[in-house]
Amino acid sequence: MKQLLSGNEAVARGAYEAGVKMAVGYPGTPSTEILETMAERHRSVYSQWSPNEKVAFEVGIGASIGGARALVTMKHVGLNVAADPLMTFAYTGVNGGFVVVSADDPEMHSSQNEQDNRIFARFANIPFLEPSDSQESKDMLVAAYEISERYDTPVMLRMTTRISHTMGIVEVIEPLHPQERKFVKNPEKYVMIPSNAKVRHVVVAQRLIDLAKYSEQTPFNYIESNGSKVGIITGGVAYQYAKEVAPQFDYYKIGFGYPLPLEGIRQFVAAHDITLVVEELEPVYEDQIKAAGIKVEGKKYFGALGELSPSRVAKGLKEAGLIDKVVVPEITQEDLFPRPPVLCPGCPHRGAFMALKKLGVAVTGDIGCYTLGVLKPLNALDTCICMGASIGNAIGMEKVQGSATGTVAVIGDSTFFHSGITGLLDAVYNQSNVTVIILDNRATAMTGGQEHPGTGKTLMGQPVGRTDIHELVKALGVKNFEEVDAYDFEATLACVKRQMAAPGPSVILTSRPCVLMPKRIMDEPYQIDLELCNGCSACFRISCPAIAASTETNERGHAKAIIDETLCTGCTLCAQICPTEAILLKSQFAKA
Amino acid sequence: MSEQFYNILIVGVGGQGVLLASEIISEVAMHAGLDVKKSEIHGMSQRGGVVTSHVRIGKKVYSPTIQQGEVDFLMGFEKAEALRFVGWMKKTGTVVVSHTTLVPAIVTSSKEFHYPEDAIADLKNKAHNVIDVEADKIAGELGNPRLVNTILIGVLANLLPFEEKLWVDVIKSLVKEKFVAVNLEAFARGRGIHLALNKQPEGRSMLRPRDNTPRLVRPHSSGVRATPL
Repeated sequence: MKQLLSGNEAVARGAYEAGVKMAVGYPGTPSTEILETMAERHRSVYSQWSPNEKVAFEVGIGASIGGARALVTMKHVGLNVAADPLMTFAYTGVNGGFVVVSADDPEMHSSQNEQDNRIFARFANIPFLEPSDSQESKDMLVAAYEISERYDTPVMLRMTTRISHTMGIVEVIEPLHPQERKFVKNPEKYVMIPSNAKVRHVVVAQRLIDLAKYSEQTPFNYIESNGSKVGIITGGVAYQYAKEVAPQFDYYKIGFGYPLPLEGIRQFVAAHDITLVVEELEPVYEDQIKAAGIKVEGKKYFGALGELSPSRVAKGLKEAGLIDKVVVPEITQEDLFPRPPVLCPGCPHRGAFMALKKLGVAVTGDIGCYTLGVLKPLNALDTCICMGASIGNAIGMEKVQGSATGTVAVIGDSTFFHSGITGLLDAVYNQSNVTVIILDNRATAMTGGQEHPGTGKTLMGQPVGRTDIHELVKALGVKNFEEVDAYDFEATLACVKRQMAAPGPSVILTSRPCVLMPKRIMDEPYQIDLELCNGCSACFRISCPAIAASTETNERGHAKAIIDETLCTGCTLCAQICPTEAILLKSQFAKA
Repeated sequence: MSEQFYNILIVGVGGQGVLLASEIISEVAMHAGLDVKKSEIHGMSQRGGVVTSHVRIGKKVYSPTIQQGEVDFLMGFEKAEALRFVGWMKKTGTVVVSHTTLVPAIVTSSKEFHYPEDAIADLKNKAHNVIDVEADKIAGELGNPRLVNTILIGVLANLLPFEEKLWVDVIKSLVKEKFVAVNLEAFARGRGIHLALNKQPEGRSMLRPRDNTPRLVRPHSSGVRATPL
């Protein structure tokens, strides 16, 4: 049967077909929908969100050692967090098949960097497969389990945003029933004390030799011959772009990317006048092929930064003198205003950022919706490095600058559970004067509202007890703790001032839930009395999408404001800061 | 049919239903026996940013994204967003655009940026074939501002060679049950627009149909049929 599936949905389907018993991960664009699909459509597979990628990876290892096929999913930077278990699990090898999906984000559509995790697979000495469409995403995942079990190795399935989020037609089949494996005590294999690890490292080296042989004959690495003198070596979405603009050339399509089929490539290159490597991001294939003494070119023409596209590949091929024409747009592009993503109307983070902007202090930021606080006109964030970094960054800044200047860290609830707890522990232990605002909206909001230990529900929908952030913070040794309603601007401002003045680390917990999740909050909307509005723009500066310029202007020609009632959630923040009290509840407005 | 290839670029703002619209079109193409790929970026775009979705339909589709300059149909759920992407069109392509206006906070809060005074006119100056629809108004009449996407799909359905039944079946299967009836109505309203257009002779003002369906402005060139159907 044929289905239209995104790459991520195809991976989930593949896990189901491969007889996976455990699927685990942490949300992160572009990987999130894999586990969401598992929990929604393939409920016979146990799936869960873990607090972070390292824990998820370790849970997956446990499932594998316990004998089951395990799927672990994360975005590219998540693998940095899980790198510790990855590097050593590569030594122990598996029991049940183990696949980690790394969903990379070339072009950084929703990420802080665009690292190429194919390098990670090589670093860890494990094989990776690189699908180029939804069908391959499913087929390669299923094959990855066979490879994992046959060669006793964790396997990486390396996706990218364009593969994860592109829908294509997939032929689905009934699930396989892999032979059950049992846990067998084997400390020489699974306990990596130096004496055992030394032995295992030798096994890893031999495994790579065996995998290199497999790479030469796997059906995932194949040649498409068109009788051309030009050869293209490519994989992932770059294959699609190249086929789009130059279908006439010969192709060596790489699906099993490490170790590379270097002998096959050597013969392919020898049989062509010129061979180019077309790959997105780093010259991972190109460097290895060149290091093997094989003459190819690639990055010289296509570049290593950002996403490739059919146009970029065409331009590169033209520059290499291999094609004559590229598509030149006939209609000139319009240069318009930007439309950056913004905090939603009624977002509880807005009140916190309004207070921080007013105070003008240094604010270390973190990863989540609230990272949007950096954008105009809020301009309220000074750093964003990685998950959980805000607290450590604040400690460092405060230690060198002194507490007089005031340093505030902002971190979301899911990010705090992910990797903020240890940062706060550091603040307590090393007596830092930082103020940490935990923006608790009770959802992993940025990625679409996934559950986490503080939401009271699991990925599969089971109700569980909520982890109480106040109790947790108390247990870490934080003495200054306050909860505040971020919809109350004056109270939030006063609270931040008070806690910044308090000695030692402080934690402020904001109490309003996300306006979108788990349910949309729509209270009575506000309206603006245009006779009272003096066009001061104070409400424009809080960056609420529900507030727009009206056609009326004040005597200086500045636009007065109007509120879109279909967007306004009634959070009251604009009404609190309006100097002429022109913003009233819709019902009050009717009376007036 | 096998020679036909359609590059459809759907643009709008987070929350306007760009992704559902592109999924409907893609499912219809798949059920019609063609290859299809649709590609878009989720994530940051969900927070009121620009959302684009590429749908490519043909016998065999390689690239998930369309090359700039190769778009046959540009579907604009917001008029300035349609204008932003008009440079992606083929000269012979067709724009289907809603009069919907969404001015972002960055424009209202600064003097640096301006929303185009007449985005529809700008579109017509650049592209030959523009079908502009007061889909926001129709959606309002139907009682749900979120129907702009389905109304424009109705307009697009007139320009693609797929049977009515396929569209209806796919809408039924992808839309939440309680919204099916109103979405089918929205689709029919969009579908009716193009028929009205083809029946009308040259001229602008007379294209406002009697039954209060939206105002239509004839594009400059001789017709709106951009690609052979």
